[in-house]
Amino acid sequence: MESEPYYQTIAELAEQLDERKLSSVDLTQCVIRRTKAVDPAIRAFNSFDEADALAQARASDERRAAGKSLGPLDGIPIGIKDVIAVEGQPLTASSRMLENFVSPYDSTVARKLKGAGAVCWGRLNLDEFAMGSSTENSAFGATRNPWDLERVPGGSSGGSAAALAAGEACAALGSDTGGSIRQPAAFCGVVGLKPTYGLVSRYGLIAFASSLDQIGPFAHTVEDAALVLGAIAGHDPLDSTSFRVEIPDYRSEVRKRRGPWKLGIPKEYFGEGLDPEIGAAVEAAIRFYREQGCEIREVTLPHTRYGIGAYYIIATAECSSNLARYDGIRYGHRSKEAADAVDLYFRSRAEGFGAEVKRRIILGTYVLSSGYHDAYYLRAQKVRTLIRQDFLNAYRDVDALLTPISPIAPFKAGEKAADPLAMYLCDVYTIGVNLAGLPGISVPCGFSKSGLPIGLQLIGQPYQEAELLAIAGAYERAHDWSTRRPDMDKSIAAWNASSAGRTFG
Amino acid sequence: MDKGKQTSDPATLDIDHIAKLARLALTAEEKARFSEQLGDVLAYVEQLKEVDITGVEPTAHAFPVYNVWADDVPRPALPVEVALRNAPSQRDNMIVVPKVVE
Repeated sequence: MESEPYYQTIAELAEQLDERKLSSVDLTQCVIRRTKAVDPAIRAFNSFDEADALAQARASDERRAAGKSLGPLDGIPIGIKDVIAVEGQPLTASSRMLENFVSPYDSTVARKLKGAGAVCWGRLNLDEFAMGSSTENSAFGATRNPWDLERVPGGSSGGSAAALAAGEACAALGSDTGGSIRQPAAFCGVVGLKPTYGLVSRYGLIAFASSLDQIGPFAHTVEDAALVLGAIAGHDPLDSTSFRVEIPDYRSEVRKRRGPWKLGIPKEYFGEGLDPEIGAAVEAAIRFYREQGCEIREVTLPHTRYGIGAYYIIATAECSSNLARYDGIRYGHRSKEAADAVDLYFRSRAEGFGAEVKRRIILGTYVLSSGYHDAYYLRAQKVRTLIRQDFLNAYRDVDALLTPISPIAPFKAGEKAADPLAMYLCDVYTIGVNLAGLPGISVPCGFSKSGLPIGLQLIGQPYQEAELLAIAGAYERAHDWSTRRPDMDKSIAAWNASSAGRTFG
Repeated sequence: MDKGKQTSDPATLDIDHIAKLARLALTAEEKARFSEQLGDVLAYVEQLKEVDITGVEPTAHAFPVYNVWADDVPRPALPVEVALRNAPSQRDNMIVVPKVVE
């Protein structure tokens, strides 16, 4: 399929770059032009530095000209979620608290991407401090879904997913604490991978919930996700939770491994509350695997219904601790109204944080506070053990699990903003993966009647990303969902004609 | 030991006390709204009490990694001026803060 460079896969682009049919400068300029054309409507970016991106692209072209290409990512513009440090670039977490913060050093993933020659491109919007499922909680304005601008792109990595879907980057990095890569990938019709906890270094990632956070790639295809994962994975002495494990060539593993696999269908993930259109698309994917000779087994994850409760206790407890560092003293927002040092903490935090962050700090502080710690936090950690055990039990019989990503389609902006619990409940199918520390991938598996993307979730065994990517790749190769792109002219015209566009556009 | 009996009625979340522990100044409107919304969340998480956790060890990290040591060798660190670049107020290579001792 002939398409604009910004909509081609990394695998296709790398070939053209190697054959000198395309330069990184041309590709990067093309992505910049596209971003300037569509981002006023989508608002995926908090900021971007055109000159810096073009300088990186020129360096890439010079390497190739000298026969020193660093590999398939050399010269490819990859967008970065604005919680991942890139030296000299803003690092805001979409918060007033860090509005003027500039990264003094590179995160390990940024260093590795640069080492692979990638062009680190722009700062992608998110729910403030990665807390949310819609990217509406950004202090700098909500990101919109490229398939329908009245709807949310998911979150918290909504900027990463939307930018990729709209052709504003060739891949992107996000972070996933309870679904923040997989759910926006599903909402925007792209591939999103949350690796096993410990596979990718968190050094230079702004911490939200340290026992759950993990960085991962967004890409148009499973193969592209494999390429980016290969570049960023691996042990890092700067992250003490980083795991020592051999990193295979994920792309060749995806091509090599052909199954058939034993796939588990957790019955708890297909119950009440699942949108019938999403259920039907996932059922069709199950049929596909069965027809390919895979053994499909129903499995049970009996503690699924306690996942959201355990998650929102553990995640908020860890966030209240991690965000204690934002005190207005060493960096970040400092109140000008403070009477003394302690008052400075209270006011700086009140002025710097948005509503959802405050809500979670309060909840997290409460569940850790004297007299409540055992009843909430310790109990939640024990329930977490049971949830993790459910998955490990299931893996005695199957290679991977197959589920929906989100029980609901991308919803309209504002629809759930006033009811935090309703928003939390939408994370039901993604949260278990984080609590158990497993790898999970979202792969496009269809569209609703109204044209909104649907995502399929495959959940793998710990550190078995190669197998997981291969299983996902087998589905992707046999379907054309991953080649579909939103018609941005149509989306923008529809938005301009709508009442929402007239009021807020 | 698990002290389930210490759980109080979730509706009694003392928002003034918790906000003070969190060093977070909240407006009266925020206090009212957060109390109500977090009351819903706490009522929801009450269902965790149904789970039999007798003899279950807590999970702090999904894949326990213990005793990770770094070699005790000096490494280059951020230069002072780079480390201070994001400080809200600085003077003579130090961060300026409000007076804490009279």
